[in-house]
Amino acid sequence: MEGMAIRLHDLHKSFGATTAVAGVDLEIRDGEFFSMLGPSGSGKTTVLRLVAGFETPDRGRIELAGQEVTGLAPFERDVHTVFQDYALFPHMTVEQNVAYSLKVRRVPKAERLVRARKALAEVRLEGYGQRRPAQLSGGQRQRVALARALVGRPRVLLLDEPLGALDLKLREQMQVELKALQREVGVTFVFVTHDQEEALTMSDRIAVFDQGRIAQVGTPAEIYERPATPFVASFVGTSNLLDGETAHRIVGAPGTYNIRPEKIRVLKESAEADEPDRATATGTVADVVYLGDATRFLVDLDGGGRLTALQQNLETSAEDVAGYRGTRVRLAWHHRHAVRLPS
Amino acid sequence: MATDANAAAGRGSVRRLAGSLHRRPRLRLALLLSAPLLWLAVLYLGSLAVLFASAFWTTNSFTSQVVRVWTTDNFHELFTTPVFREVVVRSVGVALAVTALCAVLAFPVAFYTARVARPRWRPLLVVAILTPLWASYLVKVYAWRLILSQGGLADWLLAPFGLSGPGFGLPATVLTLTYLWLPYMILPIHTALAQLPANLLDASADLGARAGRTFRSVVLPMVLPSVAAGSVFTFSLSLGDYITVQIVGGKTQLIGNLVYSDIELNLPMAAALGTVPVVVIVLYLLAIRRTGALNSL
Repeated sequence: MEGMAIRLHDLHKSFGATTAVAGVDLEIRDGEFFSMLGPSGSGKTTVLRLVAGFETPDRGRIELAGQEVTGLAPFERDVHTVFQDYALFPHMTVEQNVAYSLKVRRVPKAERLVRARKALAEVRLEGYGQRRPAQLSGGQRQRVALARALVGRPRVLLLDEPLGALDLKLREQMQVELKALQREVGVTFVFVTHDQEEALTMSDRIAVFDQGRIAQVGTPAEIYERPATPFVASFVGTSNLLDGETAHRIVGAPGTYNIRPEKIRVLKESAEADEPDRATATGTVADVVYLGDATRFLVDLDGGGRLTALQQNLETSAEDVAGYRGTRVRLAWHHRHAVRLPS
Repeated sequence: MATDANAAAGRGSVRRLAGSLHRRPRLRLALLLSAPLLWLAVLYLGSLAVLFASAFWTTNSFTSQVVRVWTTDNFHELFTTPVFREVVVRSVGVALAVTALCAVLAFPVAFYTARVARPRWRPLLVVAILTPLWASYLVKVYAWRLILSQGGLADWLLAPFGLSGPGFGLPATVLTLTYLWLPYMILPIHTALAQLPANLLDASADLGARAGRTFRSVVLPMVLPSVAAGSVFTFSLSLGDYITVQIVGGKTQLIGNLVYSDIELNLPMAAALGTVPVVVIVLYLLAIRRTGALNSL
């Protein structure tokens, strides 16, 4: 099929008694920034290693650009990988590392040099070609690994938690750069991460993994606003589940509902819901956490259950926060933000 | 009561001593290193100095008594006599051949023990490689004498192919020395291969390299320093050996034999001969240092 970089069909993989991947079907479009999100042990890295060819599936099919590659060796696939710990060759210079895939393909030396330098420029590492990986910082090694994987312009670039070892500031900067780089080179990126924020900010689409299966595939907005399962609701963002009697009473229909904390307004108990399509519930503030830019309220509802509400600190400041504990409040939210989850 | 107080006072002074040592790291270091440094300086460097000095003496040709007269005659004789030159070249050649054979044999063994065998078998295999070192050197060399003797195991095994064993001589010496020093080569290579991160091999394959290319471009360069480190052992142990060659070498002469036979009759000449392996090994170490291998020892 045209326009598909990767198609996975009914993929299974076990290691001894542990099932890592239990039936994954997935299509990743050409030129997409696709994230595989899930907790550790959810099978996302195994799927990545199956696509790269480091592991062979027990069952199922892997297609790259419409061609089956299930049984092919890694060096027979037009896919390059950026490893979690970069896996740079320590005995080679940065330039030799970057030029490695070209050398293997017997690209003439002069062209190899030109392309390696260009790839280093793309990741803003001009002039570092003669250094050894050991002489670089973590962020710089990360860029070398990127340049090395991109220099041969693979059909698909696989990234295995590449930002996991960087500190927060650098990670945020690299998120922006990675996204820009992907747009620039137009290569399909498949990005494995356990960091939901990272996946939400960078991806065109996300697959959320849960216990070796895909729980939901969708755009960041779909995943966040319309989680398909309680697992997705709790793993992506903070989940706020209303169920049983409480849900029935407040929402008006039985079922399990998820409301994102930032959609809930915290009002005085005496306040009326100002708009007709709002649901409200009263309760007591069990805990207040000052987060700097926002304040998090944990509210025990009168009818049972607990909701978290997040309020921007527009007018409140740190001094006010402690006083809220134990006070009576009314929570209000728009009906459409109570998302019903399939049971 | 009194003893308690004494004990407390004793503990107190120990504590004070420990405390004052803690505040004087240089003194602490000097105390720690004085014994080994003394050992090294007096017994090792001292004897080397004596060796080197006595190489410049001579002997009374009638009594074989050492005469302490400074002369460079011994070295002059060493460089001009063809027999000596031949023996030096042969000895270095044997050491190099043993080293090369050890490297070639050790690599596949180490690859198996470090990467192919099941992880829980690996420590046992390393122990198995080391067990020959528990046996006496002489026992092993005499075992090889039996293997290589006429009608021995080597002849018997090769007979069906119409061949016979190498007998006693230079090849037997190289073979026996290779057997003796092989563990010293396997061990560093095993360690290097075991420490080679698996994802470097994955990365190489991922970037398009087949197994052969990965071996040449990634595995070999990363393990080479360890091969060089192992070769320091095999080379210097072979160069210094004089017993194996006496037992399985037939009439072969190596530097060690000459030293051994000269030591009674002409001690200064033996000393001059003895400096040759020292110099060769120093040169070898300097060459090896350029590969960075000594950092991985």
